[in-house]
Amino acid sequence: MAYLDHAATTPMLDEALAAYVATAREVGNASSLHAAGRRARRRVEESRERIAAALGARPSEVVFTGGGTESDNLAVKGIFWARRDVVPGRSRVVSSAVEHHAVLDAVDWLAAHEGAEVGWLPVDGAGRLDPDRLRDELAAHGDRVALVTAMWANNEVGTVQPVAELAAVAAEHRVPFHTDAIQAVGQVPVDFAASGVSALTVTGHKLGGPTGVGALLLARDVPATPLLHGGGQERDVRSGTLDTAGIVAFAVAVEAAVKGQQEYAARVAALRDDLVRRVREAVPEVIFNGDPSDRLPGNAHFSFPGCEGDALLLLLDAQNIACSTGSACSAGVAQPSHVLIAMGADHDRARSSLRFTLGHTSTAAEVDALIAALPTAVERARRAAALRGPR
Amino acid sequence: MRVLAAMSGGVDSAVAAARAVEAGYDVTGVHLALARNPQTYRTGARGCCTLEDSRDARRAADVIGIPFYVWDMAERFHADVVDDFVAEYAAGRTPNPCLRCNEKIKFAAVLDRAVALGFDAVVTGHHARLGPDGLLRRSVDLAKDQSYVLAVLTREQLDRSIFPLGDATKAQVRDEAARRGLAVADKPDSHDICFIADGDTRGFLAERLGEAPGDVVDALTGAVVGSHRGAYQYTVGQRRGLHLDRPAPDGRPRYVLSITPTTNTVTVGPAEALEVSQVRATRPVWTGGSRPTAPIECEVQLRAHGDVVPAAVTLEADTLRAELRRPVRGVAAGQAIVAYRPDPAGDVVLGSATITG
Repeated sequence: MAYLDHAATTPMLDEALAAYVATAREVGNASSLHAAGRRARRRVEESRERIAAALGARPSEVVFTGGGTESDNLAVKGIFWARRDVVPGRSRVVSSAVEHHAVLDAVDWLAAHEGAEVGWLPVDGAGRLDPDRLRDELAAHGDRVALVTAMWANNEVGTVQPVAELAAVAAEHRVPFHTDAIQAVGQVPVDFAASGVSALTVTGHKLGGPTGVGALLLARDVPATPLLHGGGQERDVRSGTLDTAGIVAFAVAVEAAVKGQQEYAARVAALRDDLVRRVREAVPEVIFNGDPSDRLPGNAHFSFPGCEGDALLLLLDAQNIACSTGSACSAGVAQPSHVLIAMGADHDRARSSLRFTLGHTSTAAEVDALIAALPTAVERARRAAALRGPR
Repeated sequence: MRVLAAMSGGVDSAVAAARAVEAGYDVTGVHLALARNPQTYRTGARGCCTLEDSRDARRAADVIGIPFYVWDMAERFHADVVDDFVAEYAAGRTPNPCLRCNEKIKFAAVLDRAVALGFDAVVTGHHARLGPDGLLRRSVDLAKDQSYVLAVLTREQLDRSIFPLGDATKAQVRDEAARRGLAVADKPDSHDICFIADGDTRGFLAERLGEAPGDVVDALTGAVVGSHRGAYQYTVGQRRGLHLDRPAPDGRPRYVLSITPTTNTVTVGPAEALEVSQVRATRPVWTGGSRPTAPIECEVQLRAHGDVVPAAVTLEADTLRAELRRPVRGVAAGQAIVAYRPDPAGDVVLGSATITG
């Protein structure tokens, strides 16, 4: 199989899996007071320190969660609620049009149910945010903004945002800045303190750790109202028995991903560049989406004019090539990408797009397999799409 | 041979897909998302195109061991089936949306897309037989037979269709599903119209067509005997819900005889006035052999699950005429007339057309 969907999830690293299995054999609730509990707690705290060290944060800033969606929801809703509680009129959220649904839908929910107003920041044709637009937004509404949330790197088109610049603008207005860095950690350098952000989402399964465990790095001076109430295990901001084995494996994966980032990025970007070049040769009319230079090393995103992405996916899947069309609704229907629409693409171009993402197990043979299967798939998908015209 | 199995999430299409695998086809399962917003159509387990149905179809595909995808056919379904349904009622006719869905979606939009993508045929769980002779026949299970709603298919469509269930009764299909470990084995049959969530067809039409009050007129006297709030709420042959202001002069029950959209009039009359001995129909399709050049004696069915009557059928360029050997009541424009040739090996569909009068 050619697995070209590492941005969806990437195989666990051997050392993370070994750490998971070893820890999962041990009994102990990290909140228990006896020896078994203390041992579990020690594993959690050591992991917290390793993650903090790898990501430029203090251990007390690491809040473990059940994954990226929870971290994003905690940041967006939690910071909104806490800041609005202090100043009732402070109910504006500033976000970008290209966020992952975990942020987008949380913001929409606040607008629909909590009376939040939303300032959506636009992106350019490459999917990039402009810090000046944030500056304008905060100059106009700064005292009423509860938080700014903008992703570090886009999960669909791979564009890396000027996060430090954006965070600096937010800091000028003393507004907390959250960033979803799920796609960024291990791919590009990520340093929590140096970036100037107040909250950062990271998750395990995108960087070689397990699914279902993640963290929100949350600066100590940023209040957040909990989503989950209970034992208050994590700074009273997050409750729930800690997943000791998952956290240990997550920490191993974060450490390995950050340590190997430069070498990884160079290797994978070279493979990706080869993929892009050969796709363009095979299908000359293809449109390469996203920023050509400020881009995740493993991401290649294309629109195939005259095709539908879901048809291409089916045809490539039949050749054992795994890729992605972007998001699907709960019934499983591929949706036109809101990211591409925000970048100015029309509906047809958005529907015609396909994402190939490389990762730590990727090989040249997988790229070869894609290039071998692509021309026939494109030709068939084009025939199918041509049927869509009015009858 | 690569085939695409349309999987509704029900027991029939699941067993059909499994049988296709066993027959040696390379099968890919597809669930058709027909609702614009999957949550809005029907929330129970009985219909098609709910989230639960999509999940049931996916689980069946897992058990059968075939790839599975969801295809978005909502736009086409709305234009070709739902809007058509409403327009037909507005024009005073009585449409059959399942038949239209077969004609325009399953064996057109889906089949065409499948062929373009490299598939050779579409497999469905319809209860009808389609053998190597290319003839469409009634299912062995006459109570579940769906040849009527498939009779609109052209030769080209039938040539790319596979109906693996025609030789099985519904009970056998359910047993087989259980034996194969398919969780949908005892899932209730779907009924009614899948895109009308609460089964309230009149309410559905009223929402889309608005109130359009008009007269109910007696056919014998020409007198106005009542009023209605929209002629589209009536079907030829209907007796209930007429709300007539006064009894008919002859004191006998009144039935809807016809609907005239131009004057927004519903005409009622006695039962015998419903009797029809000649049927005209348009857009004929003929798949049961070569097109007849002279009238042929056969049997016709004039609505889904309706009685079968002997008739002489004449086929012209774009018209089909039937002389019924005994009169039939409640023949509604918009329904299909399907001609069958009686056959011990399963009555053969000769052809079909849409009734105009």
